[in-house]
This record gives sequence, C-alpha cells and structure tokens, in this order.
Amino acid sequence: MKVVVNVKLKEGVLDPQGKAVSHTLNSLGFSNVNGVRIGKRIVLDIDESDEKRALNDVETMCEELLANTVIEDYEIKIEK
Amino acid sequence: MSFKVTVITFAGTNCDFDTKWAFEKIGCIVESVWHKDTKLPKCDLVVLPGGFSYGDYLRSGAIAKFSPIMDAIKDYAKGGGLTLGICNGFQILVESGLLPGALRKNENLHFISKHHYLKVINNNNRFLSKLNEGDLLNIPIAHADGNYYNSEDNIKRMYDKEQILLKYVDESGDIKNPNGSVDSIAGICNEDKNVFGLMPHPERAMSNLLLSKDGVKMLEGLIG
Repeated sequence: MKVVVNVKLKEGVLDPQGKAVSHTLNSLGFSNVNGVRIGKRIVLDIDESDEKRALNDVETMCEELLANTVIEDYEIKIEK
Repeated sequence: MSFKVTVITFAGTNCDFDTKWAFEKIGCIVESVWHKDTKLPKCDLVVLPGGFSYGDYLRSGAIAKFSPIMDAIKDYAKGGGLTLGICNGFQILVESGLLPGALRKNENLHFISKHHYLKVINNNNRFLSKLNEGDLLNIPIAHADGNYYNSEDNIKRMYDKEQILLKYVDESGDIKNPNGSVDSIAGICNEDKNVFGLMPHPERAMSNLLLSKDGVKMLEGLIG
C-alpha cells in the first residue's frame, strides 16, 4: 500500500524558503498572500496489508528518520 | 605520551584529511576510521569532520547518524569520551541527539563560504580553555544548513549550564549573524561538556598561510 508522510516545520520555526517564496508571490502581484510554509511529501510503497501495522511502522520511521522532531511535525495518510 | 585522535570518514565527508593534518600539526597521533567500522580504536578524542555525508539527503546528517560506527561513538560519548563535530560533524551530532537542538537551512538560502569572526562566550570547558571569554577568532565558515535552532526554554537552560560557547560577530565583536542562528550561536556543547559542535572550521585556520591560525588554540584546548 501507499503511505504518504507530510513533513512540515513546526509553528514558530522560521521557514526561509517559505519566506522567499512568499516575497516573490507578493512581488508578482499576489498581494493577498500573507505567508508560505514549505514542507516535504514522502510517498512510501509498503509491502503490508494491515493498515494499523503500516501506520505503526511509518510512525516509527518518522520518529527515527523521516522527520527531525526538534523542528518538524509530520502527518501520515494512507493513500487509497 | 602522544594524544590520540580518531577522525571518522563518512560517505561524503570531505574535510577528513584537513582535520587529520590539523591535529598532526599540533602533535597528535591521528587515525582515520571508516564509518562502516563498528569499533573505535583506543583514543583520547573522536572527531566527526565536515563534508556532505550522504549528499545531505533528507536533512544534513540525518542518514549518517545510522552509520555502523555511530553506536560505538554514542557509547564512547555517553561514557564521557571527548568528541568534536565540525560543520557536517556538528549536524550529525545534533541529528543523533548527542547535542541539543537542530540546524536549519541558512536564512538567506545560500551556501555561505567565507572567513567570519567568532566570539568566545564561555571558556569553562576543555575546548575553549586556552582562550579568554570575549576573545575574537577569525575562522572560515562553509555551510548551507548552519542556522542553529532550539526552543527559547532550551536556549535559556543552555546558557545556565554554560553550553553556549561561540557566537558569530563582526571584527569589533558586535553580533553579526550570517545564517539566522538563534542568538547568533555558532558553537555549543552538551551538559557534561565532553561533546562539542560548531559550524565554523578551525582546521582551516591553522597557519598564516591560510589567512588565520586562530583555530590552533581551539584544537590545542582539547588536547589539554
């Protein structure tokens, strides 16, 4: 099954890329853009039929490798 | 008795030979160890040098922290062994939890490579013991992910425990922050003061030919 992990910087942690993109959008005329946050989307192809087990595994993967929980949050979704 | 230094080479490390040269220059015996080894030789200091381990994939240092040698380094450091991480080595130590905080992308999004002044904030530790608080050092920096972060509470605790060691300043000692680091922090240590990490490269400031030899006193401090 396909499991999608979205990793994003925590609230309050400065996102320099998001800030630069936000500035550029403003200067392109999109003055309604107040802010941009950029994250990572990681798609895992997992050989597992049990959703619960897959979610458990991916959570461990996030804690150990996929996210740095000092500065990042993550959310896990199963893609149907 | 000569002081024995172990320099680790990860896949993508590129400052290992400079680091070996720098410690040999101040009289140490240096042994290189490949990251796939699982044992450290008997030594007085382990250095994780700079570079781009695993191409900085995912996050700088995030993959190197699972190299086979890291278990031995964790045991050694947790047992009180002297450990130094320079640049990518600092990123690996932070990712592996041996040092607190995280290193984010530079605020200006650029790779910054230039000489920069540092100020000694606290010398009550072995690394900066040959320097005075307030001393200014001219040391090169070369990184894209050197923007130090920790939460306000943790930073406060780190000041209290004398873990904030070096800050980026200008030539007159006023704060000048090249990369967006919280409080302009360039170097830190752990609570037990045996694990040190900094983004600047003291091994590149070892002789006047390299425009500065301010790195010598830093590395000599570790030797004691």
